[in-house]
Amino acid sequence: MATAVAVVPARRKLARDEWIARMAVVALALWLLVAVALPLWALLSKSFQNRDGVFVGLANYATYFSNPALFSSFWNSIVVAAIATAVVLPAAFAYAYALTRTAMKAKGLFNALAQIPILAPSLLPAIALIYLFGNQGLLRGLLFGQSIYGPLGIVIAEAFYTFPHALLILVTALTTADARLYESAAALGASPRRIFLTVTLPGARYGILSAALVVFTLVVTDFGAPKVIGGRFNVLATDVYKQVVGQQNFQIGAVVAMMLLAPAVLSFAAERFVRRKQMAQLTAQAVPLVPKPQPLGDGAFLGLCALVAIPIVGILATAAFASLIKFWPYNLALSLRNYNFGNFETAGWLPYWNSLRLAGWTAVIGTALIFTGAYLQEKTRGLQAVRAVVQLFAMLPLAVPGLVLGISYIFFFNHPANPLGFLYGTMAILVLNTIAHFYTVGHLTATTALKQLDSEFEAVSASLRAPFYRTFGKVTVPVCLPAILDIAVYMFVNAMTTVSAVIFLWVPPTRVASIAVVYMDDAGWQGAAAAMAMMIVYTSATVKVLHVLLARTLDRRTQAWRRR
Amino acid sequence: MSGAPFLQAERIWKQFGSFTALADVSFDVHPGEFVCLLGPSGCGKTTLLRIIMGLETQTQGRILREERDISGLPPAQRDFGIVFQSYALFPNLTVFDNIGYGLHSRRMKRQQIRARVGELLTLIGMPEAARKYPAQLSGGQQQRVSLARALAPSPSLLLLDEPLSALDARLRVRLRHEVRSLQRRLRVTTILVTHDQEEALTMADRIVVMNQGIIEQIGTPMEIYLHPLSPFVADFVGEMNFLDGMLVAPNRVRVAGAELACGPTDGLPGAGPVRICFRPEDVDVRAHGASAVNAMPVEIAALDFLGSFYRATLRPAAANAAELRADIPIHLQRELDLAPGRLITVSLPADRIRVFARD
Repeated sequence: MATAVAVVPARRKLARDEWIARMAVVALALWLLVAVALPLWALLSKSFQNRDGVFVGLANYATYFSNPALFSSFWNSIVVAAIATAVVLPAAFAYAYALTRTAMKAKGLFNALAQIPILAPSLLPAIALIYLFGNQGLLRGLLFGQSIYGPLGIVIAEAFYTFPHALLILVTALTTADARLYESAAALGASPRRIFLTVTLPGARYGILSAALVVFTLVVTDFGAPKVIGGRFNVLATDVYKQVVGQQNFQIGAVVAMMLLAPAVLSFAAERFVRRKQMAQLTAQAVPLVPKPQPLGDGAFLGLCALVAIPIVGILATAAFASLIKFWPYNLALSLRNYNFGNFETAGWLPYWNSLRLAGWTAVIGTALIFTGAYLQEKTRGLQAVRAVVQLFAMLPLAVPGLVLGISYIFFFNHPANPLGFLYGTMAILVLNTIAHFYTVGHLTATTALKQLDSEFEAVSASLRAPFYRTFGKVTVPVCLPAILDIAVYMFVNAMTTVSAVIFLWVPPTRVASIAVVYMDDAGWQGAAAAMAMMIVYTSATVKVLHVLLARTLDRRTQAWRRR
Repeated sequence: MSGAPFLQAERIWKQFGSFTALADVSFDVHPGEFVCLLGPSGCGKTTLLRIIMGLETQTQGRILREERDISGLPPAQRDFGIVFQSYALFPNLTVFDNIGYGLHSRRMKRQQIRARVGELLTLIGMPEAARKYPAQLSGGQQQRVSLARALAPSPSLLLLDEPLSALDARLRVRLRHEVRSLQRRLRVTTILVTHDQEEALTMADRIVVMNQGIIEQIGTPMEIYLHPLSPFVADFVGEMNFLDGMLVAPNRVRVAGAELACGPTDGLPGAGPVRICFRPEDVDVRAHGASAVNAMPVEIAALDFLGSFYRATLRPAAANAAELRADIPIHLQRELDLAPGRLITVSLPADRIRVFARD
């Protein structure tokens, strides 16, 4: 009986829940195609077409490169980004070093202060700088006749905006030190300076490179700061906007967007490569380094951190102050007049409520989608080809600047043949775009959390006849709740502060707060613009504080089973 | 073993790309039997277990339960329980909810669930642990809970994937007995995967020894230990001496300068190079020059004290012969006053010497 040979390869029937998982993976792939891949394809093909949609090869690119006015902004972007990187990197490194490698006092405070810029759109530092150094600025004399409008203003605003991003990466890089290396170096008689040059710097080199690439990319792709403070100094980000919104020249707009995409994709690829190396440095047996107090050095670092933190706080305080006074610089009496947005534009407070709606929907739908998607990708099986597609397009958004994604959405959803065209001009397309724009970081957070779970949960569930979605609901989601909260807060705050992702997609009924800031600033109502920008800060800050409280409560309530 | 087998793996092949994880593997498990899949890591034993469970799909071959092909069934419809090395207990659920997890899937009433979980908690000797979370339990307790969770829905077959490997040595020995007696009491048919030969020898009714995707031997622990069918099995299970020799006549080999009577040499060519093996505990140590059958003179090269006995490294007098190991009881060492450098005679019982072909 046992001699029969099974010639036909064995195949197993799929259980009902396995079918559901596969269909969900396909749905996820389709969603990513619509939200990421097809719009980018529309952009790419648009850059090779003329006004009538006929393929013209590289003609648009030729036009672009032969026009010095257009091409100069490419160099402007690169130069400004390079300078901003050169400014931010040493400051962020010293700050990170102080936070991780010294016994400096008030580390928690300095860490919190450094996070402030994350809560604000990049418009805010630019507005504050105009108050301080603009034509009627209080500190104008400090510039010795230089104008804040232009590269100088952009660099300072971008330094403020990108600082926390660089800091986060460098803190991570410096935290992963192995104390044994330092002990060995000291035992071999190396001087502190030599230890710094031969152990500390090499250990953090990938982190430094990674931080540099991130800052560079953020500056090249940022729209808010150059829009407000750039003056006549053109950069790629403002060029895209001018070509598309100002001159309705979609072809050249597409080319400029591609020019914006290229450095972003390149530095993204480099960053991924570098980050992988950084991971490999970590070994399981590393002994964490505990800094010893050194009164002199710790005091010096305290001063250094203050030197960085004071401008950050100062810029925020300026914006807050500007929003609360009657008329800069002539009447400095306090007033809430600037917050009465109805005085400045008919939409009044609507943009703010729209921002809350956008951020709320993005946080709720985005987090559900991202976490479920990461779960399906990480914990269910089958359909390898579809999964590869999901993986690619889940990672890609990180490399795509918001402006580029926004303009791609116009091309894709505005196309007369697109059955999804009805989304254009709705809140839904803003939500879709914002989720897609910030998808990758959420996806990585979720994946990291899921990888920490036992890989056999799903197998055990199947053996106990529990469909995967029951275990997902009863075990996976509760266990990953802290990570899910992180993702939701990240999505909310970014949806509140983003300008570039939505600038092409809003219509008057869906105008959001950050766009209102741009327009009120354009119209000369700087006080109201500052007030609206501060509303964004207040809201993001409130959400962050709520997050901390909620995370603490959660931690207490789950202490019984989280203890290891 | 008589009667129809409960489970049959029939000519199973498993291919991962160009790598063959399992090549034509067949074995039976009878009702109530405890079978161990034993082999070094990477031999395919876990893959085989996962195929039986339905977590992997074989490239070719069939899995039969009570003579019905179940190869096409998803894991949930196979009615098998499984315990993993990591336990995979749900960290946010209490012991009670963990054990009851599979009972909810069977639409059992709340009261029935409570009764059944209580029964299992008593069975594993942890009646007070119901409200605790996995992180509050020791490793051994976690293992018991994960066993109870697998047993709760009364599966027709229990699969254990290296369940004791994460525990420390003492606890491992104790749990071996607990698992084994639990299995006897419940008469649940069980397959255990392990790389630990001691575990397999003490727990199994029958052992399936695997190596590089094929089955080397199937047999009771005694058969496997006393009559290994291949050098691999001989080496992997227990301690073994290997010496190269020449077959000079049926059941006679020349090795390390001595001609010895040996175990059966059926199936081997009448003469030629062979490899002989015997276990250290079968080496009979005598005083130098004592008359003994099947003997050879050796020098004690080293004597390692292992607690209840000495493990001696012996160097045959003949040049170029490999060293061999012998286990010497403490009292014998004292009687013969054995020490490194001494010459002794060892006698090898002919029926304890196994002979394999050598290329």
